[in-house]
Amino acid sequence: MTNVADATPTPVSGGVQPHARTSIRGLIAQTEIDLRLFGMLVALAAILLTFNILSEGKFFQPTNMITLAVQATGVAIIATGMVLVIVSRNIDLSVGSLVGIIAMTYALLMTDWMPNILGLGADVPFRWLIALGIGIVLGALLGALQGFVIAYVGVPSFIVTLGGLLSIRGVVWYLSKGAAVSGLDPNFQLIGGGAQGSIGGPLTWIVGVVGCLAILGLLVNSRRQRRRFGFPVRPMWAEFLLAGVGCLVVLGVAAFANASLWPQGLANRIALEQNWGPAPEGGWRIPTGFPNPIILLIGVTLVMTWMATRRRFGRYVYAYGGNPDAAELAGINTRWTILKTYVLMGILCALAAAIASARLNGSTLDVGQSYELYVIAAAVVGGTSFAGGIGTIPGAVLGAFVMQSLAYGLSFMGVNSPGQNIVAGIVLILAVGFDTFNRRRGS
Amino acid sequence: MTVAERTPLVEMRNVNVAFGGVHAVSDVTIDLYAGEVVGLVGGNGAGKSTLMRALSGAHPADSGSILIESQPVSIHNPRDAKAYNIETIYQTLALADNIDAPGNLFLGREKTTRLGSMNDSAMEAETRKVMGRLNPNFTRFKMPVKSLSGGQRQAVAIARAVYFNARILIMDEPTAALGPAETAQVRNLVRQLKDEGIGIFLISHDIHDVFDLSDRISVMYHGRIVDTVRKSTVTPDDVLGMIILGKKPGEVSEKELAQLELRSK
Repeated sequence: MTNVADATPTPVSGGVQPHARTSIRGLIAQTEIDLRLFGMLVALAAILLTFNILSEGKFFQPTNMITLAVQATGVAIIATGMVLVIVSRNIDLSVGSLVGIIAMTYALLMTDWMPNILGLGADVPFRWLIALGIGIVLGALLGALQGFVIAYVGVPSFIVTLGGLLSIRGVVWYLSKGAAVSGLDPNFQLIGGGAQGSIGGPLTWIVGVVGCLAILGLLVNSRRQRRRFGFPVRPMWAEFLLAGVGCLVVLGVAAFANASLWPQGLANRIALEQNWGPAPEGGWRIPTGFPNPIILLIGVTLVMTWMATRRRFGRYVYAYGGNPDAAELAGINTRWTILKTYVLMGILCALAAAIASARLNGSTLDVGQSYELYVIAAAVVGGTSFAGGIGTIPGAVLGAFVMQSLAYGLSFMGVNSPGQNIVAGIVLILAVGFDTFNRRRGS
Repeated sequence: MTVAERTPLVEMRNVNVAFGGVHAVSDVTIDLYAGEVVGLVGGNGAGKSTLMRALSGAHPADSGSILIESQPVSIHNPRDAKAYNIETIYQTLALADNIDAPGNLFLGREKTTRLGSMNDSAMEAETRKVMGRLNPNFTRFKMPVKSLSGGQRQAVAIARAVYFNARILIMDEPTAALGPAETAQVRNLVRQLKDEGIGIFLISHDIHDVFDLSDRISVMYHGRIVDTVRKSTVTPDDVLGMIILGKKPGEVSEKELAQLELRSK
């Protein structure tokens, strides 16, 4: 039996450390920052700043920014899954209809089915969680059904999910007989954010500090791992720079979120209900902190990034996208892998549907309409390539925020919705054109 | 001791593979012993790669049987083949271009931590060890293999096949993309693996490669085996004649021989 690795001890061959150069490019290379992501962060900051200048400082206010962010969460959550679908050379056009049917299911569950059929009245604890669980299972099942037809029957994903887009939206109409349904469980409504659906000041600081510690932990752990195997490590100044800037950004965002306060009317009402005593001078100053949907998005982004980069499933998705034959010949169960990407999409749609219906306190026939377009745009602006094999989850989330910032900023400046669409379409083409140009030059 | 007295490592019996109405491989029987190199030669479309794809599970045979150490086995996909320690270096290399060398080497067989996550550092360390032997100048462990040279990519594909304790190795044109120094390296590797008792099927266009490395040579012509011969009993010209005419040396007429000589001039 042979094992080349063990046959003779051989010196480990060379390192990957870029040569120390004094050029800016060389310095950036030493920090090993993803230049693409960095560029997108700069673009996002530039967009926000531009609107801030145009609106003479009115745009860049905590309440505005929080509303903007909450509006982006639904699309951003689904975009994390769309990255994996597009990376594996497929597409999912059915996400908008999936959001629609699951949102309608939540609404009907809590207004009708749970009290009247399942015997779960308004006094049952954790009703919201049971409803959410049912929605997630429904999403996973619908995703699995589409994924099965795509992966095992072999019908192209464009066709299957186009069929899904049409037919699932039709089912929504039959579910509610065309009517809008409203009146969700009060706890379920908190998923959608708002002053009460936010985690509050102290928890927001805790999230910020935990984020800081996580950044430090990751840097230290990666350095230790590399040391252990004798790989080259970043220079110390780069480690400190990354740690410093990372922590500063995380804590800065937390402070900014805490600068957003409860509306006076709501604070006074709650104070009266709960006997907080008389309002202090200048009214109640209660920080809202991060809204729940943002926390959900952060969680989804972390889990999805972990799955894409640390789990075998993610590796197989990228391998299949890079070379489907190679993945098959390597013994990967490619069909099962593809099916799983669609199950994941269904689950993410259920989460996005929870946010959408919670914000509406119900559901209408057109919840989730056109989501597929915004989600695909977010993934593509975030660097996902239709050629397959290329794309990152943080990139897609940033892409969703870039698109939402444009839409929100334009509407803030009084541009109507057709005007916003014109800009969004042009930006989409420009972003991908710029990216294609960059990649061609780079290779 | 002659090899014929032992049990063959692999036997493929009466194997047929058809694409639509075209018989790419018809009724082929071939065997391979441990520590032996069998060269598989033939013109374009003779069925060499198709026959080997049946053994590696990439495209299962329509009929016929495969025996490993006299035990009938069924190979429906690459996973089955790998379970019998059959490793393949494909002509196309079958690398995922967007993934780095360690990722490709361990593709489908990733090293994981206790919690089931991928252990990238451990995989990179192992890759550095293997590549240190196959291609000592290789340093681009974190780059997608797309950015590697032809020789480096080939080294990654070879490393993948030999790392996982192969017993049966299929090499489809392993030196096609390589320069002279790298070709010599691959030849040394083949001899070394053979000495370690691995059975190797070697597909090559290069008749000198085949004569240099093989113990036996099987010639294919239009999906059939013309003959399997011991290297010591034939000359390169005999083999060339079989490749071009599809007949054993004794069956070739004077006229055909004359034509052949005309063509080789």
